[in-house]
Amino acid sequence: MKTVLPFIAVVILMLLPLFGVTVAHQTQVFFGVIVPYAAVAVFVLGFIYRVVQWGKSPVPFCIPTTCGQQKSLPWIKQDKLENPVTTMQVVGRMFLEVLFFRSLFRNMKTEMKEGKAVYGSEKLLWLAGLAFHWSFLFIFVRHYRFFVQDVPAVIKMMEGADSFFQIGAPLFYMTDAVILGAVTFLLVRRVYLPQIRYISLAADFFPLFLILGIAITGILMRYFFKVHIVGVKQLAMGLVSLNPIIPQGIGAIFYVHLFLISILLMYFPFSKLMHMGGVFLSPTRNMANDSRIVRYINPWNYPVHVHTYEEYEDEFREKMKKAGLPVEKE
Amino acid sequence: MAKLSTPAELLKIDYNPPQSENWMDQPVELKPGNFCWGAKGKNLATVEFPNARDWSPVEENWKLPKDWEGTVLEAMADRLSKYRSFKVFMDICVRCGACADKCHFFIGGGDPKNMPVLRAELLRSVYRKYFTSSGKYLGKLAGARELNLSVLKEWWYYFYQCTECRRCSVFCPYGIDTAEITMMAREFTNLLGLNTDWISGPVANCYMKGNHLGLEPHAIMNSIEGMIDDIETITGIRINPSFNRKGAEILFVTPSGDLFADPGTFTCMGYMMLFHELGLDYTWSTYASEGGNFGFFTSNEMAKRLNSKIYAEAKRLGVKYIIGGECGHMWRVLNQYMDTWNGPTDFMEVPKSPITGTVFDNAASTKMIHVTEFTADLIKNNKLKLDPSRNDDLVVTYHDSCNTARGMGLLEEPRYIINNVCNKFHEMPDNTIRERTFCCGSGTGLNASENMEIRMRGGYPRANAVKHVKEQHGVNTLANICAIDRATLSASMDYWVPGTRVTGVHELVANALIMTGEKERETDLRGEPLPGKGGNE
Amino acid sequence: MSLKVILSAKKDGLLAAWFDRILDTYPAETAKFLKNQKDKFANPVGQAIHAGIEDIFRELLNGGEIEKISGFLDNIIRVRAIQEFSASQAVAFIFFLKSVIRDGIKDTPLTPELSEELVALESQIDSLALIAFDIFMQCREKLYEIKANEMKNMTYRLLQKANMVTETEDPEKQTNFIAIQKKEVNT
Repeated sequence: MKTVLPFIAVVILMLLPLFGVTVAHQTQVFFGVIVPYAAVAVFVLGFIYRVVQWGKSPVPFCIPTTCGQQKSLPWIKQDKLENPVTTMQVVGRMFLEVLFFRSLFRNMKTEMKEGKAVYGSEKLLWLAGLAFHWSFLFIFVRHYRFFVQDVPAVIKMMEGADSFFQIGAPLFYMTDAVILGAVTFLLVRRVYLPQIRYISLAADFFPLFLILGIAITGILMRYFFKVHIVGVKQLAMGLVSLNPIIPQGIGAIFYVHLFLISILLMYFPFSKLMHMGGVFLSPTRNMANDSRIVRYINPWNYPVHVHTYEEYEDEFREKMKKAGLPVEKE
Repeated sequence: MAKLSTPAELLKIDYNPPQSENWMDQPVELKPGNFCWGAKGKNLATVEFPNARDWSPVEENWKLPKDWEGTVLEAMADRLSKYRSFKVFMDICVRCGACADKCHFFIGGGDPKNMPVLRAELLRSVYRKYFTSSGKYLGKLAGARELNLSVLKEWWYYFYQCTECRRCSVFCPYGIDTAEITMMAREFTNLLGLNTDWISGPVANCYMKGNHLGLEPHAIMNSIEGMIDDIETITGIRINPSFNRKGAEILFVTPSGDLFADPGTFTCMGYMMLFHELGLDYTWSTYASEGGNFGFFTSNEMAKRLNSKIYAEAKRLGVKYIIGGECGHMWRVLNQYMDTWNGPTDFMEVPKSPITGTVFDNAASTKMIHVTEFTADLIKNNKLKLDPSRNDDLVVTYHDSCNTARGMGLLEEPRYIINNVCNKFHEMPDNTIRERTFCCGSGTGLNASENMEIRMRGGYPRANAVKHVKEQHGVNTLANICAIDRATLSASMDYWVPGTRVTGVHELVANALIMTGEKERETDLRGEPLPGKGGNE
Repeated sequence: MSLKVILSAKKDGLLAAWFDRILDTYPAETAKFLKNQKDKFANPVGQAIHAGIEDIFRELLNGGEIEKISGFLDNIIRVRAIQEFSASQAVAFIFFLKSVIRDGIKDTPLTPELSEELVALESQIDSLALIAFDIFMQCREKLYEIKANEMKNMTYRLLQKANMVTETEDPEKQTNFIAIQKKEVNT
């Protein structure tokens, strides 16, 4: 159920624009203009809304998870990245966390078996996660070429690096293979490992199928079905210049690609994909372990009913006196 | 009568029921040995907790208040608006599974619901149902479920099977901390009067009498007096600590376990011998006679109520700063909560060692330092005369407490001390120490007797590492800086690695400490012959 | 060829089969973890079973010294004794070895000599189960002893406390009492 339903959902989402634009050309405006605009709006507003919602809940206590030596005596070496006390150290910790998945990396442990290094599946998780996110980012940035008249040098350099091996025409992008491989791995892992299958929800499979769909349609477009690329760029530039046009003869598969991306954007703010924003707000990672140095303020700290010393002494005064303990009231 | 089966069939029967695809379809079964007895009404009433009544988890009827579902959901909404950690952790888990095999209860027992991710999902599923639109409309498909009695029982069962050790949080790519989630779940259960006897008893004691064990002022003094007698027998020195003394420079606070139960008492003797040798101007308090905080295992508010005594007493006595003894969760509270709850502490001064002159800037605001920070500084400055050979019978390894490791980062100080007071020290394997340390298996008030099976399961990963260094290096002593460790690791070692001595760091210090005017010591603090002093050498 | 030689040659396959059969007694989600996580410290249960059955198997083929085998059995049973298994479930894994061996040599023609050896080996395996049962009982008894000790410590302290409250303390007597108690705890 939790695997099949998301798969069917993604297939349906692919068929919709496919039939739409082939059967009724006028739906091109819907799939090429209205949906993308709506998707970006939902994404931006939804993302902001979610982050604001998180932000509205205060952080009452300073609760970093410390993963290294604290700052204490001057001759004991503090682990600045794993147990930060200054803002810069926190930034360093977050940098490693966000860009290199430091915590996931902790799973990395090479085991020597019969003289050879063996890697278990959880090491691959870090690698696959990193490969997936980085290739996604790379591909995302690479697409910038469609939205500007003159392609910036940086993008050209990225493309050059990505097609370093100079295979095929059009040149083959490595990131395309990487993202396909990584997503497939993450998917197979979820299905194959009983532990992970047990904890997985439909909401874990859906984005994987969706992203797989996006990657596959993108690859098909570039290497196999060869869409009308100038038309695509016209459409993209029309969208960003708020002057949308629908060039003719782009090819249905492009609309499938675009529609899936739109769905991803719209789905994003309501899903676990918000971990992209959430990782920055995680109090166990983004706080300095300085709560003994500077008083951390809880905005909703309120007075509580305590058992005072006076009450205590009242109850035990005789016993205290007998034991020779000093008392406040004789 | 069932037909006699083959062993394989026999074994298949009740342990391994057909696994459903969805964990939600497997209702909880409260298995003996996994949970603690229910709280007593009088203890809950003492601290004004709701729905105070005697209650037993094994009975069908949990005597819940009317509209308890409403109470829980209201509290959930409230905590979501008060704790960003809770809200973010409810939303961003991607179920990558990195945490799945990091929990000592899962590793030692194998119950899938002890995987941290699933433990959190127990709560998350209800959150989705009532606080997210996808959960509201898609229900189970979106991983959402309704709150009902069966779910509540599952919460109670599994959130009192989490020791808030934060090991999973170390490996989570988003730092999701199951401890935060367990704390919330425990807040909710406490609104319904669902706590354990082993937690609520000490909480009530601590509130009324100042310590978990319920020792009254004269009993504390007598307990310490007993230790002083023992110290005199061993060293020939009579030491004379003070209690509730105004004008002392330092207030000393340690978990009351150190006052009462072996082997904690030996650690306590250690503190006193050290302080005496230094001529430290310090006092005990009978009112603030508890460093630990079982309130922390019930609700944030209760934890604050119990913790308030430490600063209140420091103020009343007019001390300059506070030294805290060896305890795990105590230091999580002192490091990350105390000042926020009950500060500011402008009536005290930044701690400064009267012996070395070292100023402890790292406690500039809380004015409370850890005794191992204090002692490490003394040793570094050559202020102690030590004879580590007195500990030569001991081959020592060191267990990092979860809370001092992952909620503070106190890693090197105790190691530095041990290396200066013992000649034989060996670390356990890397993935079982420091920030990756394994829980003793009995934290957060799970150190009762009735749940011994799960304690042993939870303690197995730690014990296994101890066994390894025992086989490799002949380790026979497990040092630690936690009162709960001292009590519970003794039991765990007794089962898994018999013959392992469990000791606090300051017991080792006191053994090695050459005190001014002491007689030639024949025995260690436990009354056992020192190396080369007879016995079975 | 003697049975032991045959079994030694097939050791890896037999052990793998036996291991799998034991893991089947755990939930599927857990079994995979127990099987795949090779780190001794990240997965003590799986590794204890893995190493334990190998030791038992080897010792069984090498004559079967009771002391040694007891030690190996202990490593596994001590774990199972606190894992919600009943006594029969905790020790049943020993019997799995019989069917694993039968399955493993089903292609080998069973000569009368082999057959005799097999019966003898199976009888040894039966004795293993008996020893295993003893160990299981020892573990459970130990568990209750630990519980009782914790309770005893508590009551002792209560007594001591009561003693203090009444303030009729005789230092000499109390010291003796502590000494006795300490002795008890230490033994």
